[in-house]
Amino acid sequence: MNPLVVEQVTVAYDRQLVLEDVSFSVPEGKLVGIIGPNGAGKSTLMKAMLNFIPRMHGNVFVYGKPYEKQRHLVGYVPQRNSVDWDFPTNALDVVLMGRYGHIGLWKRPRKEDVDIAMQCLDKVGMLPYAKRQISQLSGGQQQRVFLARALAQDASVYFMDEPFVGVDAATEKAIVQLLNELKMRGKTVLVVHHDLQTVRDYFDYVLLLNKRVVAFGETESVFTYDHIQKTYGGKVTFLSSTHIVG
Amino acid sequence: MSYTIWILLTATLVGINCGLVGTFLVLRKMSMLSDAISHSVLLGIVGAYMVSHQLQGVSMLIGALLVGLLTTFLVQLLHQKGVQSDAAIGVVFTCLFAIGVVLISLFADRVHLDVEHALMGEIAFVPWDVLEVCGQSIGPKAIWLLGFVLAINIFVIVFAYKELKISSFDREMAITLGIPVVLIHYVLMGMLSLTTVASFDSVGAILVVAMLIVPSATAYLWTDRLSVMLICSATIGVLASAIGYMGATAFNVSISGAIAVSTGVIFFVSLWIAPKSGLLWKWIKKSPA
Amino acid sequence: MAHAALPGICIAFLLYGQKSLLVFLIGAACSGYIATVCIQFIVKHTRIKEDAAIGIVLSVFFGLGIVLLTWINQHEGGNQSGINDFLFGKAASLTGSDVNVLTVTAVTMIITILVFFKEFKIITFDRAFAQGIGVPVSLLNGVLMFLIVSVVVIGLQAVGVVLMSALLITPALAARYWTEKLEWMTLLAGVFGALSGLAGAYMSLITYVPTGPLVIIFATALFLFSFLFAPKRGLCSKIIRRHVERKKLRVKQLMYERGEQL
Repeated sequence: MNPLVVEQVTVAYDRQLVLEDVSFSVPEGKLVGIIGPNGAGKSTLMKAMLNFIPRMHGNVFVYGKPYEKQRHLVGYVPQRNSVDWDFPTNALDVVLMGRYGHIGLWKRPRKEDVDIAMQCLDKVGMLPYAKRQISQLSGGQQQRVFLARALAQDASVYFMDEPFVGVDAATEKAIVQLLNELKMRGKTVLVVHHDLQTVRDYFDYVLLLNKRVVAFGETESVFTYDHIQKTYGGKVTFLSSTHIVG
Repeated sequence: MSYTIWILLTATLVGINCGLVGTFLVLRKMSMLSDAISHSVLLGIVGAYMVSHQLQGVSMLIGALLVGLLTTFLVQLLHQKGVQSDAAIGVVFTCLFAIGVVLISLFADRVHLDVEHALMGEIAFVPWDVLEVCGQSIGPKAIWLLGFVLAINIFVIVFAYKELKISSFDREMAITLGIPVVLIHYVLMGMLSLTTVASFDSVGAILVVAMLIVPSATAYLWTDRLSVMLICSATIGVLASAIGYMGATAFNVSISGAIAVSTGVIFFVSLWIAPKSGLLWKWIKKSPA
Repeated sequence: MAHAALPGICIAFLLYGQKSLLVFLIGAACSGYIATVCIQFIVKHTRIKEDAAIGIVLSVFFGLGIVLLTWINQHEGGNQSGINDFLFGKAASLTGSDVNVLTVTAVTMIITILVFFKEFKIITFDRAFAQGIGVPVSLLNGVLMFLIVSVVVIGLQAVGVVLMSALLITPALAARYWTEKLEWMTLLAGVFGALSGLAGAYMSLITYVPTGPLVIIFATALFLFSFLFAPKRGLCSKIIRRHVERKKLRVKQLMYERGEQL
């Protein structure tokens, strides 16, 4: 059974269709890059799948059941600028939030939850910063805290919205490592991504999106010059074709 | 107990209540909503009077709660339909407030409330309005009301601390975890309405806003931890009440006004001397020694 | 804004010793300006966000105003009634000379807006761009602020301190639903304001209810009507449009499916 099946998702803001008839199905243990130009609806797709914005039409299934019934299996890493980093809390607390789904409503975190949160911080190399106020972390460190939180959530399917934006090289490397580790553990990860040059290195599958699905499938066969040009509407001519074919 | 102590106790309870609720308002960037609800609960009080024909604690609380939630709901509705959120707040609360004022003036001869009183409050009268059980005075009504609301506030914050925290920090994440963020929003607004109405009669609408926002914002300068911020903000509220009351008696001016000013003074001082974020330290560091 | 003006008015009263519109106006403008500077300072130098900064400054200023007001009542004696009415608004207490002042302000307002319309438009829409093409942004902003403060101070005695802000916002918001052009929006907002003022005053005469709240209720009613029924931007027309859109989509899908079967 596929971990994620998306059927004919259509989203409209006011009178404009932003996503039309998006359907795809992801096999287990794959890293999927969602690629497309600005305004193609990448983030919108993620938000629509997670029910943050209403879908005009269409369904999302997680391991065979509607998403609404499988929330606990889905982890979400929002864009870094979607939260206020001045919030009075430290890195460990943020990671601990990933455990809230397991702790259950109205209950307090237990010792095990704190231990798990510490382990997750360690995995992203942030253990020394556990007690640091979150506004005093660099952009890359903040992103790593978010990833540690996703790890702590221990979900089966992950949605990540632009995790590579504005991070340093060390963090980028840490994220890639983490993505691969998640993959090893049979998790499925969808990543909104915009750096065409790294697509081949990072992802097993790609979803080329521009309001509609331009192409979806294994990176090898789908991430071709033709498809990219179709997605970006000829705006990629400056990209040397070696990056894509090679 | 003496007159002064009752007044100080009232102001202290207002300070704690407002400090606790205000912290979440400041963190959720909803300070404007506190301004709105503090005005629109006037309608709730008048409405409660029209239904129950008395200005008693419980009916007033229910009236205020209903109108507070109504305000929240209407603001949300207008905002969802594309009205800018501060404009939506402005339209909703002024309209509800205006209806409240009209109703008061229609029943003016029977209600002891007037607009001036609602805006400025009269904490000086608190000790004389006592609650009697079996002919025995058991302290001013306002104290019981504030104590009751404080119990509710503390209960909710302790019980749903984790949920309040995550839905304030990262709403989208909270939704994916299945945390009822909308319910929490309304619960918080309910707490705000109760706190406002309980504080209303003694300190007035404007002071409620000052007490909700200023101590919390001051606490925000002092600490990096939510739990500490809650305690800090309540403490500052209490401190401001004490200083304000003493200042007011010394100069014979409005007590609620003086308390509002003293919250401002504490904020101003903190702005400079708060550890880490204090501007004084930043300037010293910047200028070569 | 109206709240921040209070301490200025009180100080002006303390210094000058009697009710005078012009002096009040200067006092209000000064304290309004100081409040704006305070808000900007807090936002720039601390982690406190704008909404809280506004809340802090306005409520503390208003508290200060109340303190000064009670001081005046206690120490300056006889003049108190004048300043109290001024703050809580009583249109019926307006005198002939007050009406003259209001008329003059309204005319000045209209002329200033006509003269600077283009400039106001650009500094409101895109400040940085305006600066770039050499428009004196801070000067014009000052003029705009001064206009707002004068309206607030003069309007206070008609509708009172709380409802003043509503009278500034609500008609403009209502006007936004009917037009996409600033010219029309300004004009319509003025007309809506005048209509609600007229209706409120008339109702007040009949029912003996204070004028201010009635004016606001009429303004809100106008807003609600616009919000629901305005062409294009109104809620009803939006719902109808969405319905049509959905139907189109369904037809399209149906045709697509049939096409596949064939």
